Amino acid sequence: MKSLTKYREIWLAAAIALLVAAVAIRFPAFATPSRLLTVFNDYTILIILALGQMTVILTRSIDLSMAANLAFTGMVIAMTNAAYPAIPIPMLIIMAMAIGSLLGAFNGILVWKLDIPPIVVTLGTLTVFRGATFVVSGGAWVNADAMSAAFIQLQRGVFLGLPILSWFAIAAIAAFYLFLARTPLGRSIYAAGVNPTASVYAGIDVGRIKFVAFVISGMVSGLCGYLWVSRYVIASTEVANGYELQIVAACVIGGISIAGGIGSVAGAVLGALFLGVIGSALPVINVSPFWQLAISGAAIILAVVLNARGEKRQGRIILRQAEAA
Amino acid sequence: MHTTALQETSTFEAANSAPVLSLNGISKSFPGVRALNDVALSLYPGQVTALIGENGAGKSTLVKIMTGIYQPDAGEIVIGDDAVSLPTAHAAFGHGITAIHQETVLFDELSVAENIFLGHAPRNRFGLIDWKQMRANAREVLDTMGAGHIDAEARLRDLGIANKHLVAVARAMSIDARIVIMDEPTASLSAKEIEELFQLIEFLKSDGKAILFISHKFEEIYRIADRYTVFRDGEMVGEGRLAGTSQSEIVKLMVGRAVDHIFPKRTPDIGEPVLRIDGLSHPTEFDAISFELRRGEILGFYGLVGAGRSEVMQAIAGLTRTSAGTMRLEDAPLEPKSAADAIRSGIVYVPEERGRQGVVIGLPIFQNVSLPSLSRTSKSGILRLAEEFALARQYTERLDLRAASLSQDVGTLSGGNQQKVVIAKWLATRPRVIILDEPTKGIDIGSKAAVHGFMAELVAEGLSVIMVSSELPEIIGMSDRIAVMREGRMVEIFDNKDLHPETLVRAAAGIAA
Repeated sequence: MKSLTKYREIWLAAAIALLVAAVAIRFPAFATPSRLLTVFNDYTILIILALGQMTVILTRSIDLSMAANLAFTGMVIAMTNAAYPAIPIPMLIIMAMAIGSLLGAFNGILVWKLDIPPIVVTLGTLTVFRGATFVVSGGAWVNADAMSAAFIQLQRGVFLGLPILSWFAIAAIAAFYLFLARTPLGRSIYAAGVNPTASVYAGIDVGRIKFVAFVISGMVSGLCGYLWVSRYVIASTEVANGYELQIVAACVIGGISIAGGIGSVAGAVLGALFLGVIGSALPVINVSPFWQLAISGAAIILAVVLNARGEKRQGRIILRQAEAA
Repeated sequence: MHTTALQETSTFEAANSAPVLSLNGISKSFPGVRALNDVALSLYPGQVTALIGENGAGKSTLVKIMTGIYQPDAGEIVIGDDAVSLPTAHAAFGHGITAIHQETVLFDELSVAENIFLGHAPRNRFGLIDWKQMRANAREVLDTMGAGHIDAEARLRDLGIANKHLVAVARAMSIDARIVIMDEPTASLSAKEIEELFQLIEFLKSDGKAILFISHKFEEIYRIADRYTVFRDGEMVGEGRLAGTSQSEIVKLMVGRAVDHIFPKRTPDIGEPVLRIDGLSHPTEFDAISFELRRGEILGFYGLVGAGRSEVMQAIAGLTRTSAGTMRLEDAPLEPKSAADAIRSGIVYVPEERGRQGVVIGLPIFQNVSLPSLSRTSKSGILRLAEEFALARQYTERLDLRAASLSQDVGTLSGGNQQKVVIAKWLATRPRVIILDEPTKGIDIGSKAAVHGFMAELVAEGLSVIMVSSELPEIIGMSDRIAVMREGRMVEIFDNKDLHPETLVRAAAGIAA
């Protein structure tokens, strides 16, 4: 499986490079480092969200409420900043992650204790969180005038040549890598996703693992709530509407198996970047935004087909041995 | 009446005439295992042939070959006068072969009539399903077999298991099946339902069907079957007419085998009781189970499939709740609320279904081994790969694991080597009691010997082992004492001294000595 996954990520990286090269033939400026760093910066939020979504998908679940969580948390944070501009920004970020985690924990509890299918739970909470955003804001927007300068400027600062926003993504990638690959909990997430039955026998509480995954996806949604409203300098009930599909798409393109247990941090990041390159390149070569949607869609289907083939090969091996048993 | 009488005479004739189905020289291997070796089987019209054999004798594999699910490596299938191939389940169906399983394979959400006629429903002149006709036909079939009490329009899931069997039989009747395979059809039936099923089998016999009846229960076999075929270790070891053949002759055929490998010689050094189970009960699976396990002992658990052995073990390992009884580990009460609890107290359970419950295919070998021991291989919450590898290496080497690298996916290993990884995984938790459920099921001889040798080493080190096994040579070759369970109850615990295999089979099957 390891070599297969590696393959997949290398293929995806190659596809991204090819795409960049193809666009660069007509518009050399697209392939300059500074332009590519801008693409990375523009898609920071998608990368972070995809990492959270991946954690959930690894446990054979899905979190459709991430974008709604983001909108709600973003709204609360923006309103807090507008009302109390004195609260330091790091404090607000911690608050955003806490609120997001709380909403994620709500999903997690329903999945863990009531054993409701995650897709149903999060489809429900998606609507609940959107509705709550409307309720807390009364449908009003929070715009640039109401936000403090620090609130808007923090992520635009530059550190070692990169915008602070990009550093958030880099920190998230490092944290997720460390968490998933190098902690007992991260290992348990993979095990519970690949083979929940064997995991129970090995003393892993699969329900609790799912709960933790939802708290994590909630936490990054909360963090991205702050990043989103400060980046686009607006908090409204419409923020990130429909974005949950982009998040899931990034994971699927990145080779995260919807059946659980298979996927890597590199895959999720590359999946998000693939969407990023398409989204940034097509306007450059004068392709209409409607084509962007179609091309992203085609990429998703292609990714699923490739993944399904890879996994099937593995499945045959299992079956042959299961027969012998 | 007239026709019935006629059929009965022709049935008698048929017994001496041509079989409706013959399997000749059938062989089938899976990686590392030879499931069937040159076996033969004949089924005669109007006769019930009982297929008898221990677990793992190859009965299920044969049924799967007859129903087109597996393809034989060698041999021929003859139906009537023609050699046929059965590449798919549909092809087998087309040749009039139908199987009724323990757990029927029907569709719960469809009606009885739909289940009976799925795939061959009567059509009206527009090519659409003629529902009225279908219901009428269904009623007719059910009536003919004396199952008129079943409502053709009822949803299948509202029926009891016995009635579901009747529907399965009705389906067989509706396609005019010539060969009906019944794979332990009585396993979940009450005594009254079994009697009804037997009446139905009599009806099928009188209708000229050839029936293959698979059961572990001798009383049923003698009650219903005309002929027997005995399988042992994938070979056909005897067949004939049941009349005039005694139970002990058949038991001898089932167990009398050549020793296929030598079990490790050991001089047991058995100490104080480690685990005491007293009156352990479960609402539905087992009742009043009591036994002691002593230090350095291998306690074998023998019984038929479904005797409740695995269920008892799962309760001890914290995987299921019990309704009564106490457990003590050394001097402390043992009340595991989860598998993690049991593992912490030093009891581990190596489950029977290696693929589903044991290995985590998709993770590399070393991660499989370290899975229940992650708290030991991590420091301040971060996994230390070097320690994980060291742990995996230590235990897999002891088991003589054959693998190119500990980083390779466990799914790339053979069944025997996967089992070694699973056992290594549990040993790495440093247990005091290890419960092995069918530890050598479906693995090759070499791996079997390695597992057995290793068990001997473990008890020599003072560990205590419970081994659930349905393989007689294994249970007699390895155990110090043997507990026999039957239908959720403890029958007897035997000292393994001059113990005859037939004694165990009799105890497990409930045959008086």
